[in-house]
Amino acid sequence: MLDRTLKGSQKYWGWLIFLLIMMGIGFLVYLYQFKVGLRITGMSRDVSWGLYISQLTYLVGIAAGGVMVVLPCYLHDYKAFARITVLGEGLAIASVLMCFLFVMVDLGQVTRMFNIILYPHPKSILFWDMIVLNVYLFLNILIGWNVVAAERKGIHYQKWVKVLIYISIPWAFSIHTVTAFLYAGLPGRHYWLTAIMAPRFLASAFCAGPAVLLLICLIVRKVTKFDPGIKQMRTLGGIIAYAFVLNIFFFLLEVFTAFYSQIPGDMHSLVYLFAGLDGYGKLVPWMWTFAVVSVVAIVLLVVPATRRKEDTLMVACIAVIIATWIDKGLGLIIGGFVPDPFGKVFEYWPTTPEILITLGVYATGFFILTVFFKMVVSIKEEVGA
Amino acid sequence: MYDGGKIIVGLVIGLCLLFSPFFFNAGKAAKAPQPVLTAKAKEAKKCVADTAYMRSSHMHLLDDWRQTVVRDGERYMTTSDGKVYYKSLQVTCLECHSNKTKFCDQCHNYLDVQPYCWDCHLVPKESK
Amino acid sequence: MGVDRRQFLKIAGLSTLAGLGGKTAFELLAPGDVEAALPLMKAKRWAMVVDMRRLNEEAMKKLQKACHYAHNVPDFGDPKVEIKWIWAEEFKHAFPDHENEYVPEKVAHEKVLLLCNHCSNPPCCRVCPTGATWQREDGIVMMDWHRCIGCRFCMAGCPYGSRSFNWGDPRKAPKALNPDFPTNPEFPTRSKGVVEKCTFCDERLAKGLLPACVEAADKIGKDLLIFGDLADPDSNVRQALGKHFTIRRKPELGTSPNIYYIV
Repeated sequence: MLDRTLKGSQKYWGWLIFLLIMMGIGFLVYLYQFKVGLRITGMSRDVSWGLYISQLTYLVGIAAGGVMVVLPCYLHDYKAFARITVLGEGLAIASVLMCFLFVMVDLGQVTRMFNIILYPHPKSILFWDMIVLNVYLFLNILIGWNVVAAERKGIHYQKWVKVLIYISIPWAFSIHTVTAFLYAGLPGRHYWLTAIMAPRFLASAFCAGPAVLLLICLIVRKVTKFDPGIKQMRTLGGIIAYAFVLNIFFFLLEVFTAFYSQIPGDMHSLVYLFAGLDGYGKLVPWMWTFAVVSVVAIVLLVVPATRRKEDTLMVACIAVIIATWIDKGLGLIIGGFVPDPFGKVFEYWPTTPEILITLGVYATGFFILTVFFKMVVSIKEEVGA
Repeated sequence: MYDGGKIIVGLVIGLCLLFSPFFFNAGKAAKAPQPVLTAKAKEAKKCVADTAYMRSSHMHLLDDWRQTVVRDGERYMTTSDGKVYYKSLQVTCLECHSNKTKFCDQCHNYLDVQPYCWDCHLVPKESK
Repeated sequence: MGVDRRQFLKIAGLSTLAGLGGKTAFELLAPGDVEAALPLMKAKRWAMVVDMRRLNEEAMKKLQKACHYAHNVPDFGDPKVEIKWIWAEEFKHAFPDHENEYVPEKVAHEKVLLLCNHCSNPPCCRVCPTGATWQREDGIVMMDWHRCIGCRFCMAGCPYGSRSFNWGDPRKAPKALNPDFPTNPEFPTRSKGVVEKCTFCDERLAKGLLPACVEAADKIGKDLLIFGDLADPDSNVRQALGKHFTIRRKPELGTSPNIYYIV
């Protein structure tokens, strides 16, 4: 089936070559980081996790988002989604692979990576994160491949695939819960030390993932002969609306607890993010952009007229992605480390090499996504789906 | 066979590339490694284990030391003849074998082994 | 008759796994090492009492120098990538929850000596995925720089900011700031990409010596740093704790830190 990826239009190859160039640049800069060390990034003794880990966190959410298509289809018999579940699985595969790459570029001693398997420590949440992400990747590859292969042959997929699909549904919830546990159990980081971290992560995942999926569906409809379906996209829009409203609601709950209790440790990170602390406020414009874009997204998603129209729905999805990315991919990690355990502010901002490596990893993910989708959509076109 | 000409040409090029190291090094033989003992080492006569074992398995010993010293806190060992040694590459081994370039590196370079111990463990300054 | 391709691959795969597993298991069961009894410092729970009333910043700088010299800790001159095992911190930053406007001038302006607390319930050890940091039986939170993969989860987990990461090669620190580097040829440096912190000088304890900072403090004055066994009711630390009121950093977090400050 992979041979379908070798035949494509000029635009397809142009896109792949662009991605390969980005991957190449990212790889070369990574070689430099491997040689010199992580000092070339913006991370510091106080902000010891930065762009790499924040992108990993965001992408675990995107990977889990695919379940918002699988769950209604298999648990609630919403058969309309059946034609696009495999797109959700492809998104999950590319996202989890990007997660692994982000872990690898962030490690100080990446050649010792397998120590986490050789010397397992079940008390560490990182150990469980590795397990759940690997199993989720494995599940999605197995399910995705077999579903597409069956579609190509014009038969129904084997019964055992259905078992895996049923497992993948709670498993998707588990990957982002475990990722939330990485943060929610650390006694010294008050911005993260909240029971609502896992629900926040899940809510944000279940709007961001489907939003990315919906944009991909619109692109697929534009550049190929496969139409995911207006009904499917409208339902996705509804799911995104609920999840995003819930996501913002959870965020506002955090704001209430912090500011009504007036406990300094709980307030300081939010103050740093939204108003600046001790004269430092690099993230303030970003966080207010998040606030404004969130309002735009909510309006566009809640108002039925704008949610049902494709062009406004597309804008809403982009707004959701921007808002969730700023919240999770920027504010969450940096906010957790600022102020530091001493109450001091040491600011973090990614350096150019760090950004180039990050773009390289994203390019790799998009490359895998493009190739997988090319294969899937070509087969769907052939069988006239 | 189909494309026979292309296959044979490709095969010849491939084999040439594969055997090129032998062509380039034909007639030359690398010198066998000759590790030099320092005066102190010669005087001590005995290492922490016998020479044959050290030659074949010093990395096993160092790995065991690494595990027992750092993780189990056991920093001393007694050999069969009752001598007590402080288990340390830097302090014990290199006390006698302080000439890394003339001792350790001799075999390591010959076999192109690049132990990364030296990234952390300090080497005493050698006199030329 | 005969195995088909799928069966062959299954059998080959399983045999390879069994072979690899068997070899590893054999090596793990190999006999251990012989240990000699020597004048080692032993305790059930190492702890330290710091007399903040009598330590000034100058003294703390000397203690830092003693520690950093004994362990080849480089000075990068840049707070972004700095590595510190023990250092002097302002009171309001060392004890942010104790801060009030009416703290005595002396306390407000004098610094506090900070180092790893070697907690009895350390979050850093809980989160380490490889066991590169763990709590020993004698209470010391230890580091294994052979195993650390540099994930920095322990740094996120530590509520006290006690840990430093080698963002670059420590041997490449500016020569101008580190003219005698490496200052202790008997102790290794670390490589880039691993986390480090105070280990209560376990290598000195094994030789029957006090930690470098305690030895240096004893040269400045008596009982500035009292280092001993918390589990022994007659020890120096227990006597000090019985005589003086002490505070610890962030005790409400449940980490049970073992550095006590006489205020």
